[in-house]
Amino acid sequence: MISKGKFGKYGGVFVPELLIPALEELEAAYLKYKDDEKFNDELDYYLKDFAGRPTALYYAENLSGKLGCKIYLKREDMLHTGAHKINNTLGQGLLAKYMGKTRLIAETGAGQHGIATAVVGALLGIPTEVYMGSEDVQRQKLNVFRMELSDGVVLPVESGSRTLKDAINEAMRDWITNVDTTYYLIGSTMGPHPYPTMVKHFQAVIGRETKKQIMEKEGKLPDTIMACVGGGSNSMGIFSAFVEDEEVELIGVEGGGDGIDSGHTGATLTIGTEGVLHGSLSYVLQNDDGQINEAHSVSAGLDYPGVGPEHAYLKDTGRASYDAVTDKEALESFKLLSETEGIIPALESAHAIAYAKKYAEKEENKGKTIVINLSGRGDKDMDLVAKEMGVEV
Amino acid sequence: MNQDIESYQEMFARVKDNGEGAFIPFVVVGDPDFETSLEIVKTYVDNGADALELGFPFSDPIADGPTVQAADIRSLNSGMTTRRGFEFIKRIREFTNIPLGLLVYYNLIYKMGADEFYKAAKESGLNGILAADLPPEEAEILLDTADKYGLDQIFMAAQTTSNERLEKIAEMCSGFLYVVAVMGVTGARSELADTTVELVSRVKSHSDLPLAVGFGISRQEHVRNVLSAGSDGAIVASALLNIIGENLENKEVMLTKIGSFCRELKEATRK
Repeated sequence: MISKGKFGKYGGVFVPELLIPALEELEAAYLKYKDDEKFNDELDYYLKDFAGRPTALYYAENLSGKLGCKIYLKREDMLHTGAHKINNTLGQGLLAKYMGKTRLIAETGAGQHGIATAVVGALLGIPTEVYMGSEDVQRQKLNVFRMELSDGVVLPVESGSRTLKDAINEAMRDWITNVDTTYYLIGSTMGPHPYPTMVKHFQAVIGRETKKQIMEKEGKLPDTIMACVGGGSNSMGIFSAFVEDEEVELIGVEGGGDGIDSGHTGATLTIGTEGVLHGSLSYVLQNDDGQINEAHSVSAGLDYPGVGPEHAYLKDTGRASYDAVTDKEALESFKLLSETEGIIPALESAHAIAYAKKYAEKEENKGKTIVINLSGRGDKDMDLVAKEMGVEV
Repeated sequence: MNQDIESYQEMFARVKDNGEGAFIPFVVVGDPDFETSLEIVKTYVDNGADALELGFPFSDPIADGPTVQAADIRSLNSGMTTRRGFEFIKRIREFTNIPLGLLVYYNLIYKMGADEFYKAAKESGLNGILAADLPPEEAEILLDTADKYGLDQIFMAAQTTSNERLEKIAEMCSGFLYVVAVMGVTGARSELADTTVELVSRVKSHSDLPLAVGFGISRQEHVRNVLSAGSDGAIVASALLNIIGENLENKEVMLTKIGSFCRELKEATRK
């Protein structure tokens, strides 16, 4: 490997020997094409005409009035397939095509990354198979159907807790077995090097656009940027353009589940400890022996016991701060944004809204300009939210 | 018995003198429970094991197939922990001095701290440690610790490993080199790939270390094939763990079947 992919001490390549040559090949291809003009022209074309970029930076006037801060929403929810995930799947899918790979595999929790991978597979003509915990297959039947409509094959995973982390285990095993032909399209800034760096690169478009847009609208940088953090790709995407601007406060919001001390939480950075999971050193939810715990969050995208290694680094250096909001707070903010702005957020993104509400209540934060990355739309969550509200649909 | 622990070097020399290859069965410690697992290990030893590969269970074993993962889950459910794992190894040392290797996922080492882990490993009577998800890129840091406690740091070589990497791995590795027979994860397979034979001879030409081939070795003919290809030993895991998994209700049958299967496999190492 040319780089060990470290962020401070975090990151790395903690994978079985079998995969190292595949990661070397991937790193080489990524470094070759990331600045290649033809590759980038093609990617830009798809991002614009297929996915719908650039996305708007919307001044949420009603919400701002209500909370006493100036709140902008980066509208990743307006993208094709309903979330920021498509930025990364287009980038990596195209890379797979340039590498001559003939099969895409991916893992998915709720199904958003699976859908974003399946549509890119359909677009680029690469057969796609998606690993999904059988528990999630049951919970997200509609998303399974969407993947299948785009000719994706959904492979239910029966091992372990039958959720996202087991889907990742199974995808890694598949990759170990079929490494010659297969491209493993990881959906977040996690996994072994070069994935955390590469996924950030493909999501960095969120931050670049935001910076340009806020300068046009406000003539200055925002005071604060907030984004939800599961694996960490939407947050890393928007943070990346502002990391060097020390005056901009960066806040990542995790899925607190029933509360960070409840034992049912996805708040990896908030209460986790250092550990190695799925190829990199970062924070993980684990017991005293290093066995990985199951995560819990009402939002499937935040329901993961690990987190991208660069977030661990940003936390330790103090450049970004991380906190969690509970399922209940997220559901309240889901309604709040729907009512005040007519925008139904993904439950993941609703966590960032919930944190903004708490943040704005503090006297020292009154009047601040805040950008919230609205990473996805709430269509996928309708069943679940209706159930939580006791409404029959 | 610690005084007389046989080293890998001594063991491989011993079997070679006998005109044999080494038979190295694997078990997840604590599968299905502490005492039964100990009886299984004793059955391995009494029926021809030349060394043992011992796995500590992990919640997310990415290099393993369903058989080993099921064994991991049984072991964890029975209350196995890292500390109890080392106690288990001490108990093994009460009845055998053959080389004992630990197969572990790196997070268990990281969580305890490498120094403490290796110290406990040495005190328990282990000969060596292989971390399945720790390639040479990340392992530098452990080599001094392994040295400090006189433990072998064992590495894997795979079909995808280039000659250049092979040489680097051979340089860092001691005890023996674990050759991964297949492109894939652990699990019993009916056929052994032709490429396995090529791999063994390629590894041989880049390393003087003894070789043991594992992953997918589940029949007498597989053992014969890898030994005749030049391997010094054969590691058998999933085929044995399947016997455990299929006979959980009847321990006597389980141990009898394991015993006779071990004798068959050992027999296949005799040229």
